[in-house]
Amino acid sequence: MTCTEFLALLDDLIDDSVTPEVRADLQQHLHNCDHCEVTLNTTRKTIEIYRSHEIYDLPAGLRERLHAAIMARCKKGC
Amino acid sequence: MSTIQPIAGELEPHPDVALVEQVRGGDVSAYDTLVRKYDRQIFRIAQHITQNREDAEDVMQDAFLKAYEKLDQFQGNSKFYTWLVRIAVNESLMRLRKRRTGKMVSIDEDVETEEGSVPRDLADWAPDPEQNYSQSELAEILRKTIQGLPQGFRIVFVLRDVEGLSTEETAETLGLSIPAVKSRLLRARLQLRERLSRYFRKKKGSGESRNEK
Repeated sequence: MTCTEFLALLDDLIDDSVTPEVRADLQQHLHNCDHCEVTLNTTRKTIEIYRSHEIYDLPAGLRERLHAAIMARCKKGC
Repeated sequence: MSTIQPIAGELEPHPDVALVEQVRGGDVSAYDTLVRKYDRQIFRIAQHITQNREDAEDVMQDAFLKAYEKLDQFQGNSKFYTWLVRIAVNESLMRLRKRRTGKMVSIDEDVETEEGSVPRDLADWAPDPEQNYSQSELAEILRKTIQGLPQGFRIVFVLRDVEGLSTEETAETLGLSIPAVKSRLLRARLQLRERLSRYFRKKKGSGESRNEK
């Protein structure tokens, strides 16, 4: 397996949607390729960081204000 | 009154189905529950697309109001949340078009890059690299980095990886094919990884330090 072939399957590996056979091929490539191992690990970390950090927070005050506005309009039938 | 069928293949209907039925029956407080359940996600999606706080506030209100008005059109063959996200994405794109008058805005914008053009920074990252930054510094880095992605990549990444929609739901929401979603997701992930490397790469003893702009 080449690095290009590995990269083409990177998402499937991360999303755990590869067959056991393909997974074995990917693992074998990883054993011999530090570059792809770094790419896999840091791509996983990228996703995890974006998932676990709130970068657009909705402050409680604003949330309540927007919420009140929405519900007031709904009660009037929009 | 129309009824909502459970999503095929699921043993039990999603709890939102019962709430939607209650709203249709005139129980506005059930809608209150739905708004509270999804408002943060909708606000976040709107921020990611419009990149403007006021626009995101307007989109959030408009999306929930539009969903309420159109609730009779909700067929129940997709999840309520996915249906709501589609409304919010459309509202966000409309808001962008208003701001950039005369310029077409679509999720196809700026994605015509070559398949193999993702560069690879092969430096490994420090363990727990986010620990080197304060919460506010980190949030700023993450915002700046994702804002630099082409819009068509950014939306796919946000829906799939941040908001947890499936590939199929993302495709349906954005009106894209499944291969298009997959291709954009891969490139979005790799480009984000590449851009974050400048902040998170392992520092070596001499010379090579964090490449800050």
